[in-house]
Amino acid sequence: MKRTRFVFSGSGGQGVITAAIILAEAAVLHEGLNATQTQSYGAAARGGSTKSDVIISDQPIYFPEVNQANILVCLTQEAYINYSSIIRPGGLVLTDSRFVITTKKVDARQIEVPMYDNVIEKIKKPIVFNICMLGALLGITEFVRPSSVMEVIKSTVPKDFVELNQNAFELGMELGALYNG
Amino acid sequence: MSNNIRFVQGNEACVEGALYAGVDFFAGYPITPSTEIAEILSKKLPEKGGKFIQMEDEIASMCAIIGASLTGHKVMTATSGPGFSLKQEALGYACMAEIPCVIANVQRGGPSTGNPTHVSQGDIYQARWGTHGDHSIIALTASNHQDVFSVTVDAFNLAETYRTPVILLFDEVVGHMREKLVVPEKGEFPIVDRLRTSVKKGVDYHPYLPREDGRLPMSDFGGEHRYNVTGLFHDMWGFPSNNPRVVRDLLHHLIDKIENNVHAITRYKEHYLEGAEYILISYGSSARSAIHLAKNRRERGEKVGVLELQSIWPFPEGLVREKCANAKAVIVVEMNMGQVMKEVKACVDNPSKVFLANRIDNKLITPTNIKTLLRMIQGRGV
Repeated sequence: MKRTRFVFSGSGGQGVITAAIILAEAAVLHEGLNATQTQSYGAAARGGSTKSDVIISDQPIYFPEVNQANILVCLTQEAYINYSSIIRPGGLVLTDSRFVITTKKVDARQIEVPMYDNVIEKIKKPIVFNICMLGALLGITEFVRPSSVMEVIKSTVPKDFVELNQNAFELGMELGALYNG
Repeated sequence: MSNNIRFVQGNEACVEGALYAGVDFFAGYPITPSTEIAEILSKKLPEKGGKFIQMEDEIASMCAIIGASLTGHKVMTATSGPGFSLKQEALGYACMAEIPCVIANVQRGGPSTGNPTHVSQGDIYQARWGTHGDHSIIALTASNHQDVFSVTVDAFNLAETYRTPVILLFDEVVGHMREKLVVPEKGEFPIVDRLRTSVKKGVDYHPYLPREDGRLPMSDFGGEHRYNVTGLFHDMWGFPSNNPRVVRDLLHHLIDKIENNVHAITRYKEHYLEGAEYILISYGSSARSAIHLAKNRRERGEKVGVLELQSIWPFPEGLVREKCANAKAVIVVEMNMGQVMKEVKACVDNPSKVFLANRIDNKLITPTNIKTLLRMIQGRGV
């Protein structure tokens, strides 16, 4: 896999950092790739903006931070305002249509998906919003195999929550597939 | 896929290395960005029959591991800047009483409470001279999780071999970043166990009488032999002495046992160094940026290479002098005001060709930061 740089951004509690870790872990444990994951540290456990950088590559990764992202995920307006400028030309910006109003200033493919509204309507648990987002991302482009991500989710979340997460992940995949290609 | 592949933070890689080396006692006081080392060991050590104690502070933590080591355990503590400052007095005691122990210092911004969640490499000199009096010390570092694992194993091995505290100088980026770690099988890395005395019970045991090879066999304190341990200058029985010859000989011994073995202690890596005209010397997370830049420049035909230091103290003077002999310029890449740069300047043939690429705003230095300086040195503008 060519070096791909992701930035996940949102606000504390949305699970953007967890999603970033799951994606990177799936690449390393189940696809034989290299990955690094770093994050901003601050008092953002609830509220406040959070950001996590992930790099996935079949080559060694040295500098672990992302200055120019191939893929940018923004789950809040604040995150979009702060980070939309770091997207590489031709990159992909994924936003949630409930939380983010996008502008046309970005030289990249912008995809607005109603992930949050779908999670609330069909799963009724906002806690899996982040997993739905991960599903949507892989639905748009299979950066790693969806089965690899599910393996990591199964080994990470408590047993009773696996099905809930699986449903959210599959819901996201369906939503993302609408924008595939 | 192997079951040994993990995706972890650098702090967890340090824990895995420590467990591999046989750590069975940890005392500490959690502090960002080293907290995960204590957190993970608090779970894993008891599962393995080891002891984990969260102490009232860093001073007590350091004292606790010294005591536990004397009784025969492999010990470590983990901390960051302010905690490392508090440990200095007892660290000197461990140097003087020759007690094997490992201290991980995951560096953050300083001085004082500084910048707890951000990166710095400002404790290089503190590791060397933080405790008072002439002494020598071993300090290791690493830039990636596989190396964090192996230098942690090395730290325990060197602590036992030389009966000395060994400091692990990691930093916030390496400590918190997640990446791949392949945990080696048992037996892949040699483990140095405690050298215990063969002196029988009831026979006089001299705790500070070196064997012919200079090593000092230990006896588990509270076990078969009674002996004295002190931070005062002491004779071969461990009793205080101010006899000038005893004082001089002991100080020589404490320094020589490490400084005479620089070749055996030195750990380093070369990246694109062959025929390099411009040599970047770096360590820890800043080395990742240096290697990134060197790879990038080599792909464009520029002769840039990296000498990555994994042992900082004792400083590998001979190695640095030799590797830099033919370089047009040497750039030390670090996140402080030039602590390692000063050591490099002191040992190369031409100190005026040594430059500093640093960053002190507690952000990770970037390949572009280094390239800017490289361009100026090359006379190619910025």
